[in-house]
Amino acid sequence: MDVMPKWAEVVLVPLISLALAAILSALVILAIGEDPVAAVKLMVSGALGSTYGWGYTLYYATNFMFTGLAVAVAFHAGLFNIGGEGQAMLGGLGVALVCLFIPWPHWTLAILGATVGAAVFGAAWAAIPAYLQAKRGSHIVITTIMFNFIAAAVLNYMLVNVLRPQGSMDPATQRFPEAVHLPSLHELLAPLGISFSKAAPANVSLLIAIVACVAVWLLIWRTALGLEIRSYGKSGRAARYAGIGSVRITMIAMLISGGLAGMMAINNVMGEAERLVLNAVEGAGFIGIAVALMGRSHPFGVFLAAILFGFLYQGGAELALWTSIPRELIVVIQALVILFTGALDNMVRMPLERLFLAIRKSRTAKATKPAE
Amino acid sequence: MTAPAIELKGISKAFGPVQANKDISIRVMPGTIHGIIGENGAGKSTLMSILYGFYKADAGEVFISGQKTDIPDSQAAIAAGIGMVFQHFKLVENFTVLENIILGAEDGGLLRPSLAKARTTLLELEKEYDLKVDPDAVIEEIGVGMQQRVEILKALYRQANILILDEPTGVLTPAEADQLFRILGRLREEGKTIILITHKLREIMEITDTVSVMRRGEMTATVKTADTSPEELAELMVGRKVLLRVDKTPAKPGAVVLDVKNLKVVDDQGVERLRGIDLQVRAGEVLGIAGVAGNGQSELLEVLGGYADATGTVTLNGTPIELTGKNADGRSRRNHGIAHVPEDRQREGLIMDFAAWENTAFGYHRDPAYQSGILLNNAAIKTDTQAKMDRFDVRPPHPHLAAKNFSGGNQQKIVLAREIERNPDLLLIGQPTRGVDIGAIEFIHQQIVALRDQGKAILLVSVELEEILSLADRVAVMFDGQIMGERQSTETNEKELGLLMAGVQT
Repeated sequence: MDVMPKWAEVVLVPLISLALAAILSALVILAIGEDPVAAVKLMVSGALGSTYGWGYTLYYATNFMFTGLAVAVAFHAGLFNIGGEGQAMLGGLGVALVCLFIPWPHWTLAILGATVGAAVFGAAWAAIPAYLQAKRGSHIVITTIMFNFIAAAVLNYMLVNVLRPQGSMDPATQRFPEAVHLPSLHELLAPLGISFSKAAPANVSLLIAIVACVAVWLLIWRTALGLEIRSYGKSGRAARYAGIGSVRITMIAMLISGGLAGMMAINNVMGEAERLVLNAVEGAGFIGIAVALMGRSHPFGVFLAAILFGFLYQGGAELALWTSIPRELIVVIQALVILFTGALDNMVRMPLERLFLAIRKSRTAKATKPAE
Repeated sequence: MTAPAIELKGISKAFGPVQANKDISIRVMPGTIHGIIGENGAGKSTLMSILYGFYKADAGEVFISGQKTDIPDSQAAIAAGIGMVFQHFKLVENFTVLENIILGAEDGGLLRPSLAKARTTLLELEKEYDLKVDPDAVIEEIGVGMQQRVEILKALYRQANILILDEPTGVLTPAEADQLFRILGRLREEGKTIILITHKLREIMEITDTVSVMRRGEMTATVKTADTSPEELAELMVGRKVLLRVDKTPAKPGAVVLDVKNLKVVDDQGVERLRGIDLQVRAGEVLGIAGVAGNGQSELLEVLGGYADATGTVTLNGTPIELTGKNADGRSRRNHGIAHVPEDRQREGLIMDFAAWENTAFGYHRDPAYQSGILLNNAAIKTDTQAKMDRFDVRPPHPHLAAKNFSGGNQQKIVLAREIERNPDLLLIGQPTRGVDIGAIEFIHQQIVALRDQGKAILLVSVELEEILSLADRVAVMFDGQIMGERQSTETNEKELGLLMAGVQT
């Protein structure tokens, strides 16, 4: 029997980890002579205190949902896809090509086309490491990291030599046509009578990210393919016994993973920048790993963790803007959250399990006593 | 009166809600062999782990030679003169015997003096107990029987007076087991105390002086071996009368279902694991494959189950079966009508973290009956699982419980239910009762015989000779990737099979 009730497993453990990370962050802020309470206030008001703040928080969260889901799907197959960064970059290339070279009549069609383009490019970028792992045994962690660098170089080449408009000094594509402009939350919510900040970049991609969460949940937990992916991730030998091919599952899981990572580009490239620039991904591929870890590779967990990291990103930016807390410290805080929620999971879990065990014991002792 | 070598008083240990040991007390006199017998999960291993310092008891005391002793860790156990020989040896494969013996018991930082000292001690021990090993042999190059001797020597080198052996004969041929028992007898003569944990009644009867029976965490009886019988011990273990022999009528073999010709398998290292196997299994019969573990039986099951490449020809009801390439996988084997209960149910047959219902679909998860549109029809699978659990008396009958939360016997029933209820033409079944309690063994054997009586072909692989002899109609013995011989199970005995298992042609 499991030691802890389910709610403790999925709610209590991450919350305590988070609290510990917060306490340690507060100590660090204290140590450099700043006021942690004021810092928290600033972060909360900056990230959640206005629709402008929310707009940024949700914009970042959308990125992290896609990359978090990407890592989560690969995790279920027992694969550690660190290449979300590169796959998202290539996804950006796919979006740019689709938006620049196909004359879309309306954004609704464009976003479908761009989603396909982003997913295909991201998946293709993941396919090579997947093939190398499945057929040649090259470790996927190593190859996906390598492919991040190659992706950056490819993008550099494409932007400098191929896609850069004539006469421009900026290694970026030209602006996408007006027809593919995605409505922001401001534009989406205005007809409903809800006013939302005009300047915030959160856009309709958020809805696609949420749909992706649901789709991944269905795939992993409700389909035969999902059962195969999970089986392969839990026990390669059992999968082999059941006739679940390792090459097939490795390829499929990585294609889905890469596709999801690539789909991030409809948010940051199509939704926000509206052109492809260098380093458009800004580390979201790596944050995806932390998001998947904290979300326990469950799509709903990924959803929540993505919002948390969106908050940290936006709140951190506000801190850097309004206080003398250096930008690097925000990275430290984010790292602490990743450390506690991802890496030091057992540090919280073990004492908690012991606590629950003790509680149950004293309860059964009480229950049996009167009978004696 | 001498103090007992070991005395346990009121040992209790719980893991969460599970009471693994409940108020256990035993006394083992010096210079005796004491057997502890019980079903899987009865708490034998927990008790010994407490004695060896792996677990801390919730309550109770341990006395060694009359002295109350605390054993917080294995270092303390060794210091108290307790030595343990685990079921799975703890040896470094590419070290020599001598290096393994001093590992963890080196004196000082330099190896040379420790090795020299160990060599002399080893010679003395060899003389004293008649335990012959080559100190410079590398572990991976010597047989399991020899490896076990190294484990015993390791304990003796650390001056153990009390030796605990956990299921020591699981990996041995009958002849090697006899040799082990001679060694144990010799150790007893020299005054050592031995605790033998096993689930094999025969061994208890053969070698022990006293025997304790454990059931569900409790010590149900301690008796003199001379005063008891296997039937009585089995009854004490299970708590009811048990049929020790399988009740079955003679087989009525029909047409050939499985025909294997010149089957060869080469492993990744280029070693030939199967060296030309020929065998046939007919409808309505059980062919038992006997042999010491590691002589190619696993490879045979893997090839027939569809997850190892091979050369040769295999036909099922006259249809050739693919041995390499895309269609040589578990799924196409199932489509052919081959069901497979794998040897290692915890790593192959089941996914321990999955719920019972997911495990019931596992391997057959593409069955149209389990689909609704593109999604799995979870409700249908659960209903099906519930029905199977009821028919196979799986306890507790909860489809939602993860496989790891069932006992070994119930896990095996989940696998069996999944495979047998597919109504296969051929059932491959490996180690059907390994790690399964006696009560469940009876049930599993009955299911296998019932399937046979329905006219199905069954290929049984087991390292338990007793099981092969009682369940199989014909017995083929494997040694070093070949079939050494075939016998009718009614016309052979353990001794003859034992010789074949050791590669001796009779």
